[in-house]
Amino acid sequence: MASPDIDVRYVADLARLNLSDAEAATFQKQLSDILGYVAQLEKVDVSSVAAFSGPVVNNLRPDVLGESLPVEVALSNAPQQENNLIVVPKMIE
Amino acid sequence: MSSPLYTESVASLRRKLAAKEITAVDVADQLLARIEQADGKLNAYNFKPDAAKVRAAAQAADLSKPLGGVPIAIKDVINVQGDPCTCSSKILQGYTAPYDATVIKKLREAGAVLVGRTNMDEFAMGSSTENSSWGVTRNPWDTDRIPGGSSGGSAAVVGGHEAFAALGSDTGGSIRQPAALCGCVGLKPTYGRVSRYGLVAFASSLDQIGPFTKTVEDAALLMEVISGHDPKDNTSVNRPVPKYTDALKQDLRGMKLGVPKEYFISGIDPEVEAATKAAIEHFAKQGAEIVDISLPHTEYACAVYYIIAPAEASANLARFEGVRYGNRVKNPKDILDLYRSTREQGFGPEVKRRIILGTYVLSSGYYDAYYNRAQKVRQLIKRDFEQAFTKCDAILTPTSPTAAFKVGEKTSDPLQMYLADIFTIAVNLAGVCGISIPCGFTKSKLPIGLQIIGAQWGEENVLRAAHGYEQTTEWHKELPGI
Repeated sequence: MASPDIDVRYVADLARLNLSDAEAATFQKQLSDILGYVAQLEKVDVSSVAAFSGPVVNNLRPDVLGESLPVEVALSNAPQQENNLIVVPKMIE
Repeated sequence: MSSPLYTESVASLRRKLAAKEITAVDVADQLLARIEQADGKLNAYNFKPDAAKVRAAAQAADLSKPLGGVPIAIKDVINVQGDPCTCSSKILQGYTAPYDATVIKKLREAGAVLVGRTNMDEFAMGSSTENSSWGVTRNPWDTDRIPGGSSGGSAAVVGGHEAFAALGSDTGGSIRQPAALCGCVGLKPTYGRVSRYGLVAFASSLDQIGPFTKTVEDAALLMEVISGHDPKDNTSVNRPVPKYTDALKQDLRGMKLGVPKEYFISGIDPEVEAATKAAIEHFAKQGAEIVDISLPHTEYACAVYYIIAPAEASANLARFEGVRYGNRVKNPKDILDLYRSTREQGFGPEVKRRIILGTYVLSSGYYDAYYNRAQKVRQLIKRDFEQAFTKCDAILTPTSPTAAFKVGEKTSDPLQMYLADIFTIAVNLAGVCGISIPCGFTKSKLPIGLQIIGAQWGEENVLRAAHGYEQTTEWHKELPGI
């Protein structure tokens, strides 16, 4: 954890996010500072600690068909659609 | 001269409505006029209430219900069917909520009149409400200063008397810190107490919805309405909802209140420290027993949070890619360009920073060093609280290390901004509950908040302690100049 050697452009690419050159430079410095700060967790002895498993136990409902949003309502915010389907640029050649 | 109606608490409004001294339409009209008068200065509402709709809802309100005729504002991160829900982000401009969040359904069933959507830091990421595509919200006590965040709009409308109560969400302090800075009451319930269905997710293991109110009694009233199990949120817990207002009937005598030494550190503003210590003495004078406790991993909470919250956010915000909802960039080259350019144009800098940070700590080669280690330290923080609550009923700390800071003061240094939440973050990490209540003012008349932390499901102790303090002090009666 010691070296905050984050490659901002590479990580932004993983996150499907374009960055301007100015943004990339600013984030490089700011994120290095933040990673330097969180590196203090190295000081904590966690050798005998189990990881946090969530504040509560998941309380799953029975898997039965219930009422759900009508298709037109569920799609009402899609920026481009046709015949109850969402339209996107061609993905497969 | 009596105070204007818009300064009343929910409980007092309810009494006047029940006694027919006023009508729900009078209440709505006076509040609408107040919003017209004050919101130009505060910019607390992203969407101000539609006057005709609010009057019609007030007219139709069933006054026999627990919140019948009471206008309540909603943070712009909670879905209200047919209304916008922008999360103060450009990427969601034009979005219309297709359904009601569970808390909204509950408020409607309780007779509340919904008024407007309040400003916030984009996707609830921030501590000042400056990260908003709708512009910064101003603090009602000093409009050169920030209201806190991320629920700064909800805090400003309650502290500035532009709403009788409001809902916000709290992931690392986003209800309690702005409540402290705006001089009102803000409660972060135990994780699992209030359904998150319909709350736009930021960090799902930390997010909780909670109330902003003018009094502790009002916070108890709202908690009775919004709490409870919801099959639509698998982390909401099936556990009876107590009558929280009953907890207010007991005074402070016999309560054991813990004071953790780790919360009185260098960097805390001397006026905040003095007000907190005076509040602790006040509790002792009222018959509470003050006990010294230790929460030894406190100093690591902020570092743990800024690994776990961005990690969860990077996954939650993957859904904003311009396909299913929200804005889509025009004429993308291909599908990847559609995703990347939509996100570049739609998200502000703080959201981008956290997405990159979260993606990094979850990426191959770094996951163990950052995310796994943080989850282990989180477990230690949770254990600290479990041990502390074997010695006391509730814990007293400052809510925020400083009073409200100036607009622009911390925007260029994200790390300094993150440290504004240093006293509130551990509560979310441990999944316990906490409230902030007014406990004084700085010399320049900025509100100071006291945080009272309760164990998991410890809301009754928190409300009892908060109410006992409030009823024997006058801070909550002060009105801002706005």
